[in-house]
Amino acid sequence: MINSVLDWVEDRTGAVSGVKHFLYEDIPASSGWHQVLGSVAMFCFLVQVVTGILLALNYAPTPPDAHASLRFILTELTSGRLIRGLHHWGASMIVVVGMHLLQTFLWGAYKKPREATWMLGVILLLLTLGFGLTGYLLPWDNRAYWGTVVTTQITAKAPIAGPYILRLMGSEDGNIGVQTFARFYGAHVLLLPPLMMMLIGLHVFLVRKHGVAPAPVETEPKKKFFPGQVFKDTVAIFIMFSILFALATMVRVPLGKIADPTDTTYIPRPEWYFLFLFQLLKFFEGPLEIIGSMVLPGVAVGLLFATPFIDRGAAIKLRQRTFAFGIVLFAAIGWGSLTFAAMRSTPHKEPYQSFTAEEVAAVGSFRQGQCWQCHGVTPGDMKAGPNLADIAVHEERDALVAHFQKNAGNRGLKDLQFRQLATFMRKLDDESVVAIASTPINVVSGAQLYMKNNCGVCHSINSAGGKSGPPLNGVAKRRDRTWLEGHFGDPQKFSPGSMMPAYKFERADMDSMLAYMETLKD
Amino acid sequence: MAEETLEKRRGFLVGSIAAMMGTISAALGLPALGYLLVPGREKKKSDWIEAADLTKLMVNQPEQIIFNRVRRDGWKLVTEKAAAWVVKTGESQVVAFSPVCTHLGCAVSWNTGDKTFVCPCHTSSFSPDGKVVAGPAPRALDRFDVRVDGIKVLLGDVKQSAEG
Repeated sequence: MINSVLDWVEDRTGAVSGVKHFLYEDIPASSGWHQVLGSVAMFCFLVQVVTGILLALNYAPTPPDAHASLRFILTELTSGRLIRGLHHWGASMIVVVGMHLLQTFLWGAYKKPREATWMLGVILLLLTLGFGLTGYLLPWDNRAYWGTVVTTQITAKAPIAGPYILRLMGSEDGNIGVQTFARFYGAHVLLLPPLMMMLIGLHVFLVRKHGVAPAPVETEPKKKFFPGQVFKDTVAIFIMFSILFALATMVRVPLGKIADPTDTTYIPRPEWYFLFLFQLLKFFEGPLEIIGSMVLPGVAVGLLFATPFIDRGAAIKLRQRTFAFGIVLFAAIGWGSLTFAAMRSTPHKEPYQSFTAEEVAAVGSFRQGQCWQCHGVTPGDMKAGPNLADIAVHEERDALVAHFQKNAGNRGLKDLQFRQLATFMRKLDDESVVAIASTPINVVSGAQLYMKNNCGVCHSINSAGGKSGPPLNGVAKRRDRTWLEGHFGDPQKFSPGSMMPAYKFERADMDSMLAYMETLKD
Repeated sequence: MAEETLEKRRGFLVGSIAAMMGTISAALGLPALGYLLVPGREKKKSDWIEAADLTKLMVNQPEQIIFNRVRRDGWKLVTEKAAAWVVKTGESQVVAFSPVCTHLGCAVSWNTGDKTFVCPCHTSSFSPDGKVVAGPAPRALDRFDVRVDGIKVLLGDVKQSAEG
């Protein structure tokens, strides 16, 4: 039965012999595990295509709905988080493409007659970067918005072409709006994918045309691509997919707060593989900036592109190509240290540090109410009730309070605390939910004390509270611990004329209060 | 002997390739099915909407009521116009039909002449109590949940009518 169908297909289309021709290609006996990376890169692209199409089927490609629809995908749909996670982590396929390039370089596989294959590969690398650049804006959260603002501002500074590139990006004045978004989305889903597919096709065609690059000396006769090498490729693909799947299920990719052009506290950082460029920019000031933003990257791409013509030597063995090896080493060290420096200089702010005192205290109520017995708060934490890290809370406040009273009414919490917890629950998002598990105990106790003593009547934390006392953000930078401790006990002694009453805290309470004060950042 | 080991090795390789590819396809395909086929997690019941004034309705005289309602549409809350055919059946009894024909979804209207709801598309017609009189419609008109509060007529969710 199957055979007769295959015969018919073969007779009418020639597809069977076509596939056979592809699978039973002769490859050098030296081929092996080092040549799997091209297949893995292609597989990663395929995963991006599949997950990208799935995302697009539930995504509204215009701000601000883009953010709302992605939130819908993440919090309401089955497997939404998995698919978005796969797409996000799959974007790091740039690493695989980079490794493929590195392997080709080290094995000297770009040399005559494979120059065109190499140059096409460099274009594919640039297209991959293009995907990363245009896709970065699409979640329309603060990270996306501010990251893209920086990119467009850099390109706007290009000599002569700057304003035109800016207009090509759909922006007149460097601001980003619906038009830029449409251009980025259009490029990401309509322009780049077919281009990428065609060039991958051409790239593979050239690989077949010239054959897999042989070792300097081939002693054994050639072997077939299938099944030996296909098996090795598949194992590598399987390992790659397992890594992707594990990342997508276990490492949360938070959807941040919706893009806010007026948010001055947000610290934009590019995707990790662009961090080295970001760091490079810090070394060039004023008119020299263009060296870091355009000249150096431009020269690097140019050199990469021209590699087969710069290095025309026939030597393939790495031992005979110390200079080439030196360049790789230099580039790797440069990239590594720039990335490391950028990461070190990234200020870290815990989610709870943007909370008001009421919200930090609500974390305490969550813990005291033992809500964690039924609700997980970290990805993959399976409990009887919904996992708060996976969903958005839509219930009305009154319904939530009733739910708390029913399930945690006997755990010493007051109605006011329940109402504050309900408000907090409704405000939780992908980023802030982490705080329920991560806020240190003494900080929570400090915030609870702060609420109990009504400190917020006079003082404010993160813009919430009274104005008659000084705002407490950054207080630990202005005063040391001894001063703070003494001030609580006798305010007038430390700041004469202060209207603050004295607070005699127990030792443990004082420590919690001080710990809380010390986490308040500017 | 060597032939046989080679054959075995080949079988193992081909089998492994198929198994790994199958696993990947399943790990992508099954979540994709869930993603596309399972409806969103949140099921919000619509609020009761005040749609009509009991005193202004005449007994057994269907009245088309247009009202605004808020509906969750995917990732959006939309305010939209909705319509209902409201029929006062007694002193304080009211039924409200969805104007959507149960055949293929066209909007039915009241024909005062022969006292039926008529669908303009395939001429299904329904009696004042919603039952199918003629035409291809498979079941009676769907009804809104109705609550009468004093003189206020409140409409809730639409419930699908029974088959036949």
